[in-house]
Amino acid sequence: MNNIIAMPVVIPLLVSIILVFLRPFIKVQRVLSLIALVATAIVSIYILNSIQMNGVLRLDFGGWKPPYGILFVADSFSVLLVLTTAIVSSIILIYAFSSIGRRYENMFFYPFVLLLIAGVNGSFLTGDLFNLFVFFEVMLLASYVLITLGGKKVQLMESIKYVAINVLSSWFFLLGIAYLYGTVGTLNMAHLSARIAEVGQGPLLTIISIIFLIVFSLKSGLLLYFWLPGSYSAPPTAIAALFGALLTKVGIYALFRTFTLIFYHEPSITHTLIGVMAAITLVGGSIGAIAYQDIRQIVSYNVVITIGFILVGLAVSTSIGIQGSVFYLVHDIIIKASLFLLAGTMIYLTGKTSIEEMSGLIRNYPLLGWLFFLTMLALAGIPPLSGFLGKLYIGQGAVEAGSYILLALAFLSGILVLYSLLRIFMNTFWGETIISEEDEIPLRKGLLLPCVLLGMMTIALGVGAEGILVYVEDAAYTLMNPEVYIDAVLEKGK
Amino acid sequence: MKINDVILQTITKVVVFIILTFGVELFFAGHNSPGGGFIGGLVLSSAFVLLFLVHDIETVQQGIPVDFKKVAATGVLFAVGTGVFAVLFGSAFLTQTFLTVNLPVYGETELATVLLFELGVALTVVGTVVTIILSISEDV
Repeated sequence: MNNIIAMPVVIPLLVSIILVFLRPFIKVQRVLSLIALVATAIVSIYILNSIQMNGVLRLDFGGWKPPYGILFVADSFSVLLVLTTAIVSSIILIYAFSSIGRRYENMFFYPFVLLLIAGVNGSFLTGDLFNLFVFFEVMLLASYVLITLGGKKVQLMESIKYVAINVLSSWFFLLGIAYLYGTVGTLNMAHLSARIAEVGQGPLLTIISIIFLIVFSLKSGLLLYFWLPGSYSAPPTAIAALFGALLTKVGIYALFRTFTLIFYHEPSITHTLIGVMAAITLVGGSIGAIAYQDIRQIVSYNVVITIGFILVGLAVSTSIGIQGSVFYLVHDIIIKASLFLLAGTMIYLTGKTSIEEMSGLIRNYPLLGWLFFLTMLALAGIPPLSGFLGKLYIGQGAVEAGSYILLALAFLSGILVLYSLLRIFMNTFWGETIISEEDEIPLRKGLLLPCVLLGMMTIALGVGAEGILVYVEDAAYTLMNPEVYIDAVLEKGK
Repeated sequence: MKINDVILQTITKVVVFIILTFGVELFFAGHNSPGGGFIGGLVLSSAFVLLFLVHDIETVQQGIPVDFKKVAATGVLFAVGTGVFAVLFGSAFLTQTFLTVNLPVYGETELATVLLFELGVALTVVGTVVTIILSISEDV
């Protein structure tokens, strides 16, 4: 019995329900939601260490044995992401305390954030394809509310696009699940993998796998990212940071899970397709990132570039490439949260969104400027910071697989990421200051502290890479050897 | 424009009770035959929706002074709560159990914890459907 692995979903879920009853007590809501997320983080650390000792863990809900019942499976890959999610979202929550405002807090902001986290964690942990669909919906419903909360015109405009595209992709998801169930007669991921290995991945199954590729690409923004920059720049900073840090990552996780565990027999078709899509995403994202003046658009296009970059690791599918992707995924959750929070803080302080209209901020807010500089270096992958190792490994993986075009594109996009952020940095922080000392809005500690914490995390992850590398290697090992996962689910177990 | 809906109101008084009874019947039919919390909840909420349609919102809310958002939340709390209780008793999350007792009038009866779970589902459905209908009608 490993009831503990349901806790990353149950804790946020229970607390979010309790918070509905505590609607008038904003302070209590803040404290409880922070406690819930911190508790989730502590539980995930415990699970992560327990996996290193006991192998992949599973929990059969209600005692129904797989493949009949629904289950949660915790391997290093999923729990690593759950842990990062819990830590980063609690930091974003601290930012929300002093930025989101009474109006939001009164409209069930905290319950919906917790529901979003429950959905994200559930998607990471589930071992059943239909259950994955359900947790996607939990996450998406919470995100629909969060994106429209406040009801500004631009939010409603973008949310129509966002909801429409997600409903469509959910429909495709359901369609894919139906096809798959009709073909192999099971939805348990491990069982699916075993059965597909038995009958061989014929043309029919490959086409079904491409349906899943389209679904998860829409959700993660691989190639089909046209909805992403708009919807991620509409909501308030704290919510945009949650979206930018977490939501696309769930799609990426699903892509990794399905194409390493279930559909891994025809890499010449599926993985080549992923490679092509990743390449186009890298090019398109890079063009977007240098084309816009609006700081929120630039930051959102940076999300797109990263998606392409991480999936290069899946496209080459070598052990070292996957390791790089896992590491970069963890790094990117932290650094994108940091980037969104910093950009949002700059907009809050100046009241402007275009980088042309800001200038000389470093004189008014030196710490903010240095934090942005640090984030920029981490994103570019400068050695002591956290982006370096992931980039190195993904590059190494691409070299091993001989995918030199992907390699070149991945590293060219890295330069463009640096250029696009350098452009923000030079335009906004350097030059003549536009804010006189009387007009200067004081930078509250509540806004600065989360950015500092995230900055410290990126340094810690870079310097202490050795410590986390054990888990990353185990995650990559499980991804590269599906039988480890399958054995844990179907064979042994109490 | 005020339409004359005496007939509708009179019939509703009777029909609401039939619908509510049928909803409860469906709810208890649950877990071993067609029925259960979701369908029962939908039927129950249709009774409330009918009341809201026939009378106006204020009148009904005077009669049923409940915040339906909280009803939905209570429901989810019940459903998740049964799962967590299983953990407290040392079995897997969401484990359900039952016990057969001899009740004086009903005879042999199965008391299952899944009923509590289904009650949660029913309350959630009622709360959600009514909240949706109310918020749509507020907009216009």
